[in-house]
Amino acid sequence: MSNPRIHLALRMGDNSLILSQQNSKWCGHAPTLEEDIALANVSLDLMGHAQMWLEFAAEVEDEGRNADTLAFFRDTEEFRNSLLVERPNVDFATTLMRQYLFDAWHLEQLLLLSQSSDTLVAEISQKALVEVRYHRERSQSLVIRLGDGTIDSHNRMQEALNALWSYFGSFFEDSKDDEMLFDLQTSPMPSSLYPRVLEQLNQDSVLSTLKIPESEFWQKGAVQGHHTENLGYILAEMQYLQRTYPNSKW
Amino acid sequence: MYAQEVKSTGSKPKSLSSMSAKEKAFQEKIDRGQRIEPKDWMPEGYRRTLLRQMGQHAHSEIVGQLPEGNWISRAPTLERKTILLAKVQDEAGHGLYLYSAAETLGKSRDEMTKELLSGRAKYSSIFNYPTLNWADMGAVGWLVDGAAIMNQVPLQRTSYGPYARAMVRICKEESFHQRQGFDIMMKMSFGSKKQKAMAQDSLNRFWYPSLMMFGPSDSESVHSAQSMAWKIKINFNDELRQKFVDQTAPQAEYLGLTIPDEKLKWNEKTEQYDYSEPNWEEFFEVISGNGPCNTERLAARNKAWDDGEWFRDGLLANSTKNQNSQIAAE
Repeated sequence: MSNPRIHLALRMGDNSLILSQQNSKWCGHAPTLEEDIALANVSLDLMGHAQMWLEFAAEVEDEGRNADTLAFFRDTEEFRNSLLVERPNVDFATTLMRQYLFDAWHLEQLLLLSQSSDTLVAEISQKALVEVRYHRERSQSLVIRLGDGTIDSHNRMQEALNALWSYFGSFFEDSKDDEMLFDLQTSPMPSSLYPRVLEQLNQDSVLSTLKIPESEFWQKGAVQGHHTENLGYILAEMQYLQRTYPNSKW
Repeated sequence: MYAQEVKSTGSKPKSLSSMSAKEKAFQEKIDRGQRIEPKDWMPEGYRRTLLRQMGQHAHSEIVGQLPEGNWISRAPTLERKTILLAKVQDEAGHGLYLYSAAETLGKSRDEMTKELLSGRAKYSSIFNYPTLNWADMGAVGWLVDGAAIMNQVPLQRTSYGPYARAMVRICKEESFHQRQGFDIMMKMSFGSKKQKAMAQDSLNRFWYPSLMMFGPSDSESVHSAQSMAWKIKINFNDELRQKFVDQTAPQAEYLGLTIPDEKLKWNEKTEQYDYSEPNWEEFFEVISGNGPCNTERLAARNKAWDDGEWFRDGLLANSTKNQNSQIAAE
């Protein structure tokens, strides 16, 4: 896994995979039927993106693995998703805020990646971008309306934002691989996205009346595979059948 | 099927000669195969029976998300996960069409939801059984959706327009679900020994509950007679159950699985399968709240509703604020 293109593909694929896995647990449990359907749609889109990125990672690696083996047979330290997406669902406010922060980063990231000098990276990003523009619009609209809804909905969204904030920084953590990718004009330095994303959040906060936390003390480590405790449980659940009955066809 | 015990007026259907002029014109319209639309006059009994039936059907779709939703996070491949999630999402969509169709009869989705949450409204008994292994995702598609289709295909010709049109859309998706379910059953049945054992175990557990989906024999029921006269029910329960057994038995044989019924065999004379009746005592217990998962299913729906109250209130408050500021600006 030394090729930096693999690092990028895993970073993108694992973020989408883990968030999709987490969101999909709301299917049948969301606050309204429309929301149940919409959140399942987002999960389905992300699962599609994860498949494209992980397939790409497996091809570059060229060791006979595929998207499924990467998803189901890696352990936590090999995952490259940000710490934010692995935060527990907790409640709908947390889930929605997590999605909102992710979408704000994801859209900026894909806009830049769709200009990548690496044609495969650019192609996957352009495909995903069509759906992610809608994801951003949806979560932005919901966060604005709930922030400026009742006192209760405002407080719940603010608490969720505060609780997730330090994990959000995980998207902007740079590594040596990122420097190489930047030199090749494959992808931007992760840290360079922060001001652009923050500007988006600040613009939204005028309407949502939510206060963006000022702290820039970020939880780090995801780029080296150092995750939060929850990722182990997410993987244990997701990988259960493949691990229990290896070499089976499903 | 998803509406198992729809009580109608409790009386036999009236003869044309004993009907009022309005009732007669209504019945003749149905007899001619014409559709009834929301703004048409309809007897109160027709409206109420339909509301009960469509409500039970919609609730079944919504509660029906839960047993399969149980396996989304553990689906064994990314493709299976995608298919399962899309399928459970479809169920929510079916619930939405059906609630919308029922709203044309003058009852809101919120009112119907409250009836479900309080336990007053019924939903199909099948969703009160647990999903215990991955093959259950196959068996639910193959058997449960298979049984549902038996009932829903004829309902595309039902007399109430919005219901019939919802059914057309639902049937297309259900037959896709059934094929996906059978595909999982094939993979499991022709897979490793352990996979085949899971498939057999799943068939053992889901066979009789699937037969119960059609409801008890109703050839003597006045409720069914009235519903059939109104064309909101097209076939008797036993008729559909037989059709289901005749379709499913050869499929089980193809899979190399054994249907858990020693009496099941092809009858040359009747040209259909003989089979054992399910345990109807169990059915009535499950339908009245005592099935293995009734408590969890209703608790999950209640939790979703209660925990989501702030979310719905928040959006509503925001929309009111925006409306007010728009009015002020005008």
